[in-house]
Parts: sequence; structure tokens; C-alpha cells
Amino acid sequence: MATLNDYLLVSGLLFGIGLAGVVLRRNIIIVFMCLELMLSAANLTLVAFSRFNTAPNGLPDYNGQMLVFFVITVAAAEVAVGLAIIVALYRARQTIHTDELTSLKG
Amino acid sequence: MPSYLFWLFSTVMLIGGTAVIAFRNPVSSALSVVTCFVGLAGLFIGLSAFFVGVIQILVYTGAVMVLFLFIIMLLDLKDEERRANSLAPVAAGLGLVIAFVVQLIGILSRSPDKSLPPLDHATLASAAADYLPSGKIAASLNQGKLPDVHLIGHTLFTQYNLPLQILGVLLLVATVGVVVLSKKQAG
Amino acid sequence: MTLPWILLFLPLAVAVLNQLVLKKTGLAPIISTASAVATFVIALMILGQSGTAAFKWATIGDFSIEIGFKLDQLSTGMMIVVTGVGMLVHIFSLAYMKDDSAKARYFTGLSLFMFSMTGIVLANNFIMTFMFWELVGLSSYLLIGHWYQKDSAADAAKKAFLCNRVGDFGFMIGILMLWGITGHLAFDEMKGGLEAFQAANPAIFSGVLSAAVLCIFCGAIGKSAQLPLHVWLPDAMEGPTPVSALIHAATMVAAGVYMLFRLQFTLGFEHFEGLPASTVIAWTGGITALVAALMATQQDDIKRVLAYSTLSQLGYMVMAVGLVHGEAGMFHLFTHAWFKALLFLGSGAVIYACHHEQDIWKMGGLFKKMPITGFTFLIGFLALIAVPGTSGFFSKEQILEAAHEKEPILFWIAVIVAILTPFYMTRLFVVAFLGKTKSENADHAHEVGPLMFVPLVLLAVLGLVAGYPFIASKYAPAYHSHSFQLGPITYISIAAVIIGLIAGFVLYSGKEKDPLNIPLFRNRFYVDGFYDNFIVRYFQDAFAAIVSFFDELIINGLIVNGLSRAAESTGNQFRKIQSGSLQGYAFVFGIGVVLVIYFTVFHS
Repeated sequence: MATLNDYLLVSGLLFGIGLAGVVLRRNIIIVFMCLELMLSAANLTLVAFSRFNTAPNGLPDYNGQMLVFFVITVAAAEVAVGLAIIVALYRARQTIHTDELTSLKG
Repeated sequence: MPSYLFWLFSTVMLIGGTAVIAFRNPVSSALSVVTCFVGLAGLFIGLSAFFVGVIQILVYTGAVMVLFLFIIMLLDLKDEERRANSLAPVAAGLGLVIAFVVQLIGILSRSPDKSLPPLDHATLASAAADYLPSGKIAASLNQGKLPDVHLIGHTLFTQYNLPLQILGVLLLVATVGVVVLSKKQAG
Repeated sequence: MTLPWILLFLPLAVAVLNQLVLKKTGLAPIISTASAVATFVIALMILGQSGTAAFKWATIGDFSIEIGFKLDQLSTGMMIVVTGVGMLVHIFSLAYMKDDSAKARYFTGLSLFMFSMTGIVLANNFIMTFMFWELVGLSSYLLIGHWYQKDSAADAAKKAFLCNRVGDFGFMIGILMLWGITGHLAFDEMKGGLEAFQAANPAIFSGVLSAAVLCIFCGAIGKSAQLPLHVWLPDAMEGPTPVSALIHAATMVAAGVYMLFRLQFTLGFEHFEGLPASTVIAWTGGITALVAALMATQQDDIKRVLAYSTLSQLGYMVMAVGLVHGEAGMFHLFTHAWFKALLFLGSGAVIYACHHEQDIWKMGGLFKKMPITGFTFLIGFLALIAVPGTSGFFSKEQILEAAHEKEPILFWIAVIVAILTPFYMTRLFVVAFLGKTKSENADHAHEVGPLMFVPLVLLAVLGLVAGYPFIASKYAPAYHSHSFQLGPITYISIAAVIIGLIAGFVLYSGKEKDPLNIPLFRNRFYVDGFYDNFIVRYFQDAFAAIVSFFDELIINGLIVNGLSRAAESTGNQFRKIQSGSLQGYAFVFGIGVVLVIYFTVFHS
């Protein structure tokens, strides 16, 4: 039987993969996907805690799953807006390569 | 959930995740994300979070990733050219992740472990007392089933009603925002 | 006790209102004048009251600076002078400045001046005196430079300000010294502190007090235009004539005398008896009186003659204070304020009527054309030269007596001034008001309107009667009841007036141009020339070179540019962090997270 720490480890690894993707990849869409991976990793820890720390009546703690529900919903909205921004960016600059998007350079 | 299933789904998920950043082609990456999320959904279901597992598939793999694929195709993205990537960012990224993972293992090794609490017939039946005896929740619990969706609905509409409404407004705002952003600017 | 606060802050409120709200509406002159009338009424109401009140304005540790007022006979009487002359000058200005394009600014300046002057008079401590002293200097600067488009007016304003600066520096040192000696700044507490100091250090007491008083006297030298800082006052006549009447004849220049007397009054007259500083003050006053009178005999500009006569009369007052007969000086200040304001406003009316002609040799015959102005001017003239029966006679008499009692040489100097005063005033009057008209402008002159001559008439009445005990005992600041008696001094004084009158009349009656030409007097003893050619050229230029060097190398090179270079290079270092690369930011962010985890979880 998998224990709580197994779940946390797996979720941490997924988070690390996402973080590595954000730092390594230059394609902004893939960076965005990696952000989704990181969010999902957080969801996994929430569900794991919800299951392992049961409510007083012995059922899983559904407050944790509520947060997951909200995260997924907000993430959907975020993806919609983020992709729209990427499309607008592509229209304006003809690129989604972060090496070429350095107008913030001081 | 049996141990081997946990490891199976974990492996699928982690390999999918790694493939996301390994593939050069964005479409491959997007499909790897789908793979990864399927594994993740399996883990959710293994944790008895059936509803979350299902919406993970429906919303993430079904809606969000399809949206990603649409955009990738809309922008007609080519493979990232193999450029002589300098080693520094790769080393930096890997170093950061390794430091993070080392810390994670450190924390987990010193925090108390916990095994899965039982969710058997007796537990479920005793929890039924908290709910309306004539309701479906109590009935399912008495039969030894976990009425996951009913319980989530119950929590959502009793304790989290106001956040739910606000979430609706947020989705509306996001919709309007997307429309405004995607409109071609005049001039 | 709210009246004194209203008296103090009403003009300030009006000045602010004028400048910020009413600038464009044309209401500013009326509001200012109304406030001047109101302050005069308040001054009458608080006359003779005594008391003190204050609030803390700034506190540093145990030390605090107060804003407050001290009412006594001295300050309330002085307020009558300030607000009385101020009110009449405001009314006169309504007509005089009728066509000026910057009326609002002018009346704002007047209100600001009224506020500052009230502050000096009512002040209950030396710091407050000093603050308002500076404010008075500022408003004087603004009003002298009212017609700043003229270079001469702008230069005169600058000169007045700088000369006052020199004096004020000494004044500040003096205040600090006095604070060091007595340990107090409020007038009420100073005397005790001084006596404690005297008891503790009897050997150095007189020397230290002298030094402090001389430093404070520097402030009076600047403000009351005594030698050697007198040069600004004649130039200040570039300002509008009502301003000259109010500020540069009746009130502000008298502030120095008032402040010195306040100092004596506070510290006790007995300490000033025989103090070296008193002697210096007395001689400065006497010499100023004499030199200024000599200069006045050869000036052609009507306002400059009056300015030098003001200098000379101020010299009298300072001399009286130096002779520790300050009450005589204050009495002269009181009477002089009325008739000198009268003379200035009269000259203003003349200048106004003659289309801004100020040269007396281009006037003439004005007495017939402007009978009311001429007649009131005559009264002011008689009061100034101290004809028996006018107010000037009584006050000058007291000063002469004081001089006679203390210092015979100063007495004879004062007598010479008493001869010179009628001489130059007769010259002025005969040339400007009698005889034939000497220019077209003067030919067109006609009597001024009621807004102008009513203040003149009121001032003329006061100039006549202000010296009589029944008025003076009630209204004059620090009036010392004094039994008037005929004696040798009276005869000498009357003889001096007669000699001066006859000499002036004989010499100038019916003349077309000045029969005397004394370049030394005409060129004001070359003091201005000396300042311009020597101090300004050598000291100022040399100083400017040093300052420029310092400025270029240290300030500009090292501090300003150095700081900016340091900031710029630091900024350039930080610019490299601001790479614009998204992944770079994410990486730094991730390092931050790892560090936070390290410090919260592992490092404890």
C-alpha cells in the first residue's frame, strides 16, 4: 500500500518536472503547459491530504477536494485568457519564443 | 489501491511529464501532457476522489489540452530548431530542480509517514449518521458505497456557495476578456 | 484672549485668500483694506491690556519654540501705530494703485506685511521676533520689487534684502548668545536668567552682555537702516509710495528701535546704564542722524529727501535708546510715524498728480494747485522740523534732554541735526510747493481725490496733536509722563529751527536750480560708491571666484556628479539582472523559493 509520503514524493517530482520545463524550455506554449503540470502536482498533494487526513466521521476531508475543484476551474479560465494573450502576442510579434521577447530588458 | 497500480500510474504520469519537456514538437508535448494527466487521474481515483479524477480527464485533458492543440495549430508552430543551446540555462534549470528534489526528500524523510486510513463498510455506515437519513447520501453510505459526487455537491452547496458564485463571475469575466483580447485591434 | 490671535492671523488669512482665491476677481484690495480696518479696531480694543499667551510651535527634547503674544503698554501702543498707519495707507493705496495691473499682488504684500509686523510687535519671545523679523524683510522685498519690470526696483529690492541679511546674521547670533546667557527665550523669563548669570559671573557679565547686545543691535542696524547698512533705505524708495510710507517710514524701520527698546525693557534699564554696548548704540544713532541729514540737503528726488530724513530721525531714536532713554525714542517713534507717513503719502499724492515726476526741481507752485495736499504736507513739515506746538516738538525735546543729560557731544550733534532738518525740509517745501511751476507735468497737477486726501487729513491731525500728553499717555507705547518745562534746551531747539528755516528760505526761495553744489553730500559720502566699487568688485568677485571653484569642483564634480555617477554605475550593475529573459526570472524566483524552504525548514 502506498503511503502519504509516496504520494507527496510523486507530486513533488511532477512539480519539479514542471519547474524544470518552465526554466528550460523557450517555447512559451510549452512553458504554459509546464505551469499546468505544476498546478496539477499541487492538486495531487491536496487530494492526497484529503484522503489521508480524514474528517472526524471517517470520510475523506472534502474541504481539500473543494480547493482542487476551484483550482481546476480557475486554471481553465487562466488557460483561456493565457492562450488568448499568446495569440495576441503572436499577432504582434510573430514569435512565441521567449528568447526574442525581451522588451522588458533594462 | 494496490501498490502496483499506484506505481504504474505514477510512472505513466512522471514519464508523461518528462516527455513534455523532452519533445521538440509542441504537438507531441501536448499529447504528453494528456498522458501525464491520465496517469494523474488514475492516482486521484486511487485516492477515492472519483469526481476530481473524472473532471481532471474531462476539463484538463478534454477541454484545456484540446484548446492548447487548437492554438498550436492555429499559430502553425514549427519544431523548435535545434540550436546550439548554451549549457548554462540547462545546468541552471537542472540544478534548481535537483536542489528542490533534495529538499523535498529531506522534508519527507523527517516528516512522519502515514498509511491509508480504512474506508470500509463499518466506517462508511457510521458516517451515515451525519447526513439526512432519508437522503441518497445516507442510503449509499449504509450500502457501503462512497457517494463521492453527492458528498462534493453537498459540501459545495452548503459550505462553499458564495465562492461558487464568485467563480461563476470569474469565468464570465475570463470569457469577456478572451473575446476582447482576440478581437483584431483596429489599425 | 482671542482678540490678539485674530489680530495676528487675520492679515495672514487675508493674504492667503487674496493670493489663492481672489487674485482675478478684483476683490483683493477691498478685502485687504477691510482687514486693515478690522485690525485697527482690534488694536483699539486691546489697548492697555496686559497678559500673555502662547502655544508650542516646535519642540526638540526639552527645548521648545513658542508662538505667542505679550500684551503690555509697549506692544499695544505700538499696534496702534502699526495698524493705524497701515489702515490709512491701505485706504490711500486704493486710489494710488487704482490703475496698477498687479493690484492683488500688491495688497497681498501689504497684508503679509501687516501680519509680519504684528508678529514682531506682539511676540513674546525672541525666536518669534526673529521669524517675523525675517517675514517683514520678505514682505518689504516683495513690495519694493513690486514693479520688478524696472531693473532699478528689482535691484533695490535685492539690495534691501541683502543689507538686512547682513544685519540679521548678527541678530541671530545675538539671540543665541542671549539665550546662552539667560537660558530663556521668552521675554518674561529673561530678566531672572540674566540676574542669575550676573550673580554667578560678575566679572565677565558686562562684557558678555555687551557682545550679545551689539550682535542684536546688528539686526536693528539692518532693519532701521543705521550706518553703515543705511544704503538700502533710499533705494527702497523705488517701491510704490504708500509702501514707503508704511514700511520704510513708519513701521518696519522703526521695528529695530522697538526691538532694542523691548530688549532694554525686558532685561531692565539698570543693566544698560554705562554698558559699552549702549555707548556704541548711542554714537551709531547720533552719527547716522548727522550724516543722513547732511545727505538729505543735496537730494533732488522728493522721496529720497524724505528717506534721508527718515534715516536721520531713526538715528535720533536709536541714539535715545542707546542713551538708555528708550521711552523718549519710542515717543519719537510714535509721533514720527504719523507725520512721516503723512509726508510720504503727501509726496505720493504729489507724484501721482504730477504724472510720476519725482524731481523737486521740476515741480513748484503746487501749493496753489493742490491746496489740501499742500496744507497737510505743510503740517507734516512743521511737525518734522519740531515747531513748538506740533507733536514732533515734544518728542524731539525729550530726546534732546536725554542727550543733554548723558552725553554733551551727542547733544550738540543732535542740535546740528535739528538745524539741518528745517534747512532741507524748507528747501524741499519751497522748491516743490512754492514759486513758479517748472515743468509741464507739474503744470497739469490738480488736487487728488478724497480717498487720498482723507488719510492725509487724518494723519495731519494726528501729526499735530499726537504729542500732547492727553493723547500720548493713552496711545503711545511706553509713554513716560514728563513735565514739560521751558529751559535752555527749549530755547536752543527753537533757535535751531529758526536758523534752519531762515537759511533754507533765503537760499532757495525763487531759485530755478540748486545754488549749492556739495558733491560729497550729493553723492552720499561716496558710501554707495565704495560698496559698489570696492566691496562688490573685490570681495564679491573674489568670493564668487572661490565659490565658483568650490561649486564646480566639490559640489558639482564630487557631490552632484559623483553621486549621480555612483547611482548610475550601481544601476548599470543591476541592469544586468533585469535581463528581460522570462526563464531568467523564473530561475531566480525558483532559487528564492528554494532558499525560503531552506531557511524555514532546515536552518533552525
